[in-house]
Amino acid sequence: MTSQVEQASQDAGPADTQEPAGLRDTAAAPASSGAKEVRRLDRVIIRFAGDSGDGMQLTGDRFTSETASFGNDLSTLPNFPAEIRAPAGTLPGVSSFQLHFADHDILTPGDAPNVLVAMNPAALKANIADVPRGAEIIVNTDEFSKRAMAKVGYDANPLEDGSLSAFSVHPVPLTTLTVEALKGYELTRKEAGRSKNMFALGLLSWMYHRPTEGTEAFLRQKFAKKPAIAEANIVAFRAGWNFGETTEDFATSYEVAPATKAFPPGTYRNISGNLALSYGLVAAGRLAELPVYLGSYPITPASDILHELSKHKNFGVRTFQAEDEIAGIGAALGAAFGGSLAITTTSGPGVALKSETIGLAVSLELPLLVIDIQRGGPSTGLPTKTEQADLLQAMYGRNGEAPVPIVAPSTPGDCFTAALEAARIALVYRTPVFLLSDGYLANGSEPWRVPDTEELPDLRVPFATAPNHTLDDGTEVFWPYKRDPETLARPWAVPGTAGLEHRVGGIEKQDGTGNISYDPANHDHMVRTRQAKVDGVTVPDLTVDDPDGEARVLVLGWGSTYGPITAAVRRIRRVGGHIAQAHLRHLNPFPANLGDVLAAYDHVIVPEMNLGQLATLLRARYLTDIQSVTQVTGLPFKAEQLATVLKEAVDAH
Amino acid sequence: MPTEALTLVPKTDTKQTMKDFKSDQEVRWCPGCGDYAILAAVQGFLPELGLARENITFISGIGCSSRFPYYMNTYGMHSIHGRAPAIATGLATARRDLSVWVVTGDGDALSIGGNHLIHALRRNVNLKILLFNNRIYGLTKGQYSPTSETGKITKSTPMGSLDAPFNPLSLALGAEASFVARTVDSDRQHLTSVLREAAQHKGSALIEIYQNCNIFNDGAFEALKDKQQAQEAVIRLEHGAPIRFGTPWTEEEGGDGLGRKGVVRDGETGDLVVVDVTERGAEGVLTHNAHAASPTTAFALSRLADNDTLHHTPIGVLRQVQRAVYDDQMADQMDAAVERNGKGDLSSLLAGKDTWTVVG
Repeated sequence: MTSQVEQASQDAGPADTQEPAGLRDTAAAPASSGAKEVRRLDRVIIRFAGDSGDGMQLTGDRFTSETASFGNDLSTLPNFPAEIRAPAGTLPGVSSFQLHFADHDILTPGDAPNVLVAMNPAALKANIADVPRGAEIIVNTDEFSKRAMAKVGYDANPLEDGSLSAFSVHPVPLTTLTVEALKGYELTRKEAGRSKNMFALGLLSWMYHRPTEGTEAFLRQKFAKKPAIAEANIVAFRAGWNFGETTEDFATSYEVAPATKAFPPGTYRNISGNLALSYGLVAAGRLAELPVYLGSYPITPASDILHELSKHKNFGVRTFQAEDEIAGIGAALGAAFGGSLAITTTSGPGVALKSETIGLAVSLELPLLVIDIQRGGPSTGLPTKTEQADLLQAMYGRNGEAPVPIVAPSTPGDCFTAALEAARIALVYRTPVFLLSDGYLANGSEPWRVPDTEELPDLRVPFATAPNHTLDDGTEVFWPYKRDPETLARPWAVPGTAGLEHRVGGIEKQDGTGNISYDPANHDHMVRTRQAKVDGVTVPDLTVDDPDGEARVLVLGWGSTYGPITAAVRRIRRVGGHIAQAHLRHLNPFPANLGDVLAAYDHVIVPEMNLGQLATLLRARYLTDIQSVTQVTGLPFKAEQLATVLKEAVDAH
Repeated sequence: MPTEALTLVPKTDTKQTMKDFKSDQEVRWCPGCGDYAILAAVQGFLPELGLARENITFISGIGCSSRFPYYMNTYGMHSIHGRAPAIATGLATARRDLSVWVVTGDGDALSIGGNHLIHALRRNVNLKILLFNNRIYGLTKGQYSPTSETGKITKSTPMGSLDAPFNPLSLALGAEASFVARTVDSDRQHLTSVLREAAQHKGSALIEIYQNCNIFNDGAFEALKDKQQAQEAVIRLEHGAPIRFGTPWTEEEGGDGLGRKGVVRDGETGDLVVVDVTERGAEGVLTHNAHAASPTTAFALSRLADNDTLHHTPIGVLRQVQRAVYDDQMADQMDAAVERNGKGDLSSLLAGKDTWTVVG
């Protein structure tokens, strides 16, 4: 069985490059024991696919954890339907989890899987187009009944009609084997069959030499109250492992060495974007020495942040599941008035509902984090798929001139740092701040260096405690809109502070006193002042990666496209192309040097998962020509596709 | 009366007067508006509580009544239309040391903000909600509101409004409100007594205040204010007292000095009905029990008034019961989390349970 090696030979590249160097047989290690051969690969892409009730996400998560604790670099792409249990055996019901892991640093979940695990005909049919020739396919033959095949339009059995001859197919009766393994346990066939995902996980764990202790401990903990179920899953998991070891169909297993050189020294863990973001919010509260208050309403793909924060009440974190999106942000804003680090979490449709309150927060000039985990739109759109199409909504989606700073994380782990940065801006400038993550970052995961809490930034800001203004008659008073001359932020005086009683509201107010004012000149002044405050937010200069200084083409991205863009750039450079790369963390305000950076290149390409929203902003702001490269499939860019586009531009300049 | 509602709010030693609660802002309601009387009643009664002024907060939405916070020398927020209960929920749950008041109107609370109102009441957040009901939209110049009588001719309904109105008290009781009361802007004494009881209530309090809009709906509550009519129209509820109203049935007439009319439960329908006590005697007349565990009788009382004539309108506290308060429960869970898991340690949270080390 050499399919993986054949695949590798087509794509082989130098060891220090990443994409699309497939599975390279860097050193065919001697078989460690018995007849089975062990080969060494530099990277592997596996996709688990099955019904949405088959536990594919759990299977993927477990394989990811095993892989993380083994020390590989990794990147994941969960992809599932919005329906919780879509009709069984149908194409729309297919749920998948792709995992890319390597002995070096990687940037994406990979374009095409080297191994597809298909739990039923629907999973095979829905995924086969992504699987390159020569790849391995493990199918659960038990599910290939006539009826199940007909349901997805297979007239003939694809396992028998030769249509899969370009692949290395392993037909495995996963259900039967699982049920066999669980004989003697008091389980019905149906109950026993449910553990087939663990059988598959065991088999894959054997194939790729994954450590298994973590999964067994996980199953014991997950089913602590149902020890029989825990035991059944562990037995199925072990049976899958043993099956790989003993059956002749699987002649080879693979080693992917830990990615020791990919990472700077430190302690690492695996983390998803939403988890990193949640931890960032908890940390921000600690670093600001403020209680955290999350007002939220459940919405995919943001709900996990609400779930996670609700577990950390012992950090002084309050979570409030409101009656709707508007109440979620309303409660957060009320808490901000009271001196909390206030947060609301949502996705695009929720942002639309919160817009009026965001405008109020702009007018009140109170700190507030608005976390938007973007998904496909418009309207309900694609709840479980990714997109970056809320940029202009975040930028402009309010009545009146209502500027709001925007930050965007670039990788799952980076969500932690982005949360701290969003909190810094909100607290220092007393303003709502958008954090634009997306479904891909939220659910994807990667190894993350656990930061030393000592090295995290100090986010403390002072509350106002005393009068800040002297009237002509010498009276000391508190003016709620008397600004810090440097940041233009107004003082944050919280209820309970004697002598600073004041009223704020959404009606235009006089600068300084904060009293209602309909004066034309004052309104003009206030609109410009609020804009100037946001324009004046300090953000670091944009750094450009242009190693040889010979590039004439710049590729500029923002948010979650960082991985695919960087992977594509590496491909260009590997074949001698010159291309510069930069990635925006701050979308509002832009880094001060952005105009100069754009002007320094003959050609600028901006890939986005929308129809060119950042490109529109850049053209308007800098009067510069932009090549907008867009994709709205609900899935991240593939590195190879981007590389093709970039190469054309590089070749032309 | 339970008084623990304000135990967490700091007190002041300084003697306060009404003047202390007046802000330096000019009051800009129309001359003759009922809001002036309510403002005066609130400013006049707050000194009684002896709370530190800086720990009192008024939150409002949008509408004439929602300008209220600007005139109070406390902390305050004039927010956006309908959202005051949500914003106040965040403030009250984050800061249990504050006395939080919501000022809203019939449009603000029952139309655009209906959802937030019912959920705040359901949760029993420690908020005192003053609902100024003038049965009209004033600030937008006179469209019908969710409490306007059906058939109301307004700028937006030249042929009469079609909607059946809300009964705010029925709505609040249906939303599990633990404190429900009604009062009238022009009855300073009654208004003050209701405010006093609400302030001492632990949990959400909804106070419907009938308020006259002399520009767009003048005289809407005249039946309750005109001395002669009021005797027939107003039922003053007092906990522990028989529900009697109308001109007194004097001892000379062989009566007991209480009103000639009374509220009894109809044996057949189980509903409440008004009867002439002089004809059938005082037997069976209900004694008002505001603390009854079941909201059934309070609900029936809330439906007693004739929606058009306002005859048989109960005022006073219809319901006041003790139940778990959301803010307390939230705080309890936070304490329990610390007790169970210790105070959060950021380093160990970030590291989790499954790490590996890369050495240089």
